[in-house]
Amino acid sequence: MAVQYMESIRRRYEELGYAPYRWFHADSPPPFAPLRKPLAESKLGVVSTSGAYAVGQRAFHYKDDTSIRKIAKDTSPADIHFSHITENYLENPRKDPNCILPITAVNEAAASGRIGELAPELLTCMGGIYSQRRVREELIPELVGEFQRQAVDTVLLVPM
Amino acid sequence: MCLIARHLEGLGIATVVAGSALDILQAGQPPRSVFVDYPLGHSVGRPFDADNQRLIVNAALDALETIRSPGSIIELDCRWSDDDWQNEATDTRSGDTRAPRDESPQYQCEADRQAAEQAAAGTG
Repeated sequence: MAVQYMESIRRRYEELGYAPYRWFHADSPPPFAPLRKPLAESKLGVVSTSGAYAVGQRAFHYKDDTSIRKIAKDTSPADIHFSHITENYLENPRKDPNCILPITAVNEAAASGRIGELAPELLTCMGGIYSQRRVREELIPELVGEFQRQAVDTVLLVPM
Repeated sequence: MCLIARHLEGLGIATVVAGSALDILQAGQPPRSVFVDYPLGHSVGRPFDADNQRLIVNAALDALETIRSPGSIIELDCRWSDDDWQNEATDTRSGDTRAPRDESPQYQCEADRQAAEQAAAGTG
């Protein structure tokens, strides 16, 4: 059976005396947009909520950081590091960032023609943000603006 | 993450989420997702296992083409080597430490701080 993360994290926060984290619960079916064109002709964007940054960039902070980082698609995995509120999940990503930011696999998908093109940068942000209002008003507009500048047709999202 | 996917989709951009927390996917109902039953931190594969990483990313890309029903979650046939990790993941007293929250950047190492500060100063 799959791990019940929401229940165990709720209990953990209670034991630690933290304010409860409120996950987003959808109250309506999701919107649905079919692919605009075949995947082999589509430009793919990527976003990972893993707190990844390229060496030389400012790291994320832990107090509802709604900023984003742009990681050039030709960045060496060795130059991708992490800061995330849930540090304990980063043990393997710090050895191989591809566990949570699939930079090698999406470059291969472009090289093999599975996708038409990869956006020039992969986008990253922090997860575990308490304020859904700040996610809606700050983080999402930032990501959307960047994806629109990149003119992507489709997006792969990788949550931490 | 589900909120981001739903927002992009509302703007006409097809999305797929590759996630490892089934209950969070079920609550957030992104338009399309693939579920990978691995410990958190490995949503797109095992470390240093390029075949496994490629398999998961390709399955997610496939889902962009094959899912026709909004909110569908495709459960991938992926198994971690043992199931002890699931007990650890639900243990409320270890693991996920959630560091104190403040606005100082949390660099992975001191050299990263220096690199970022040099870059910001225009000398890097």
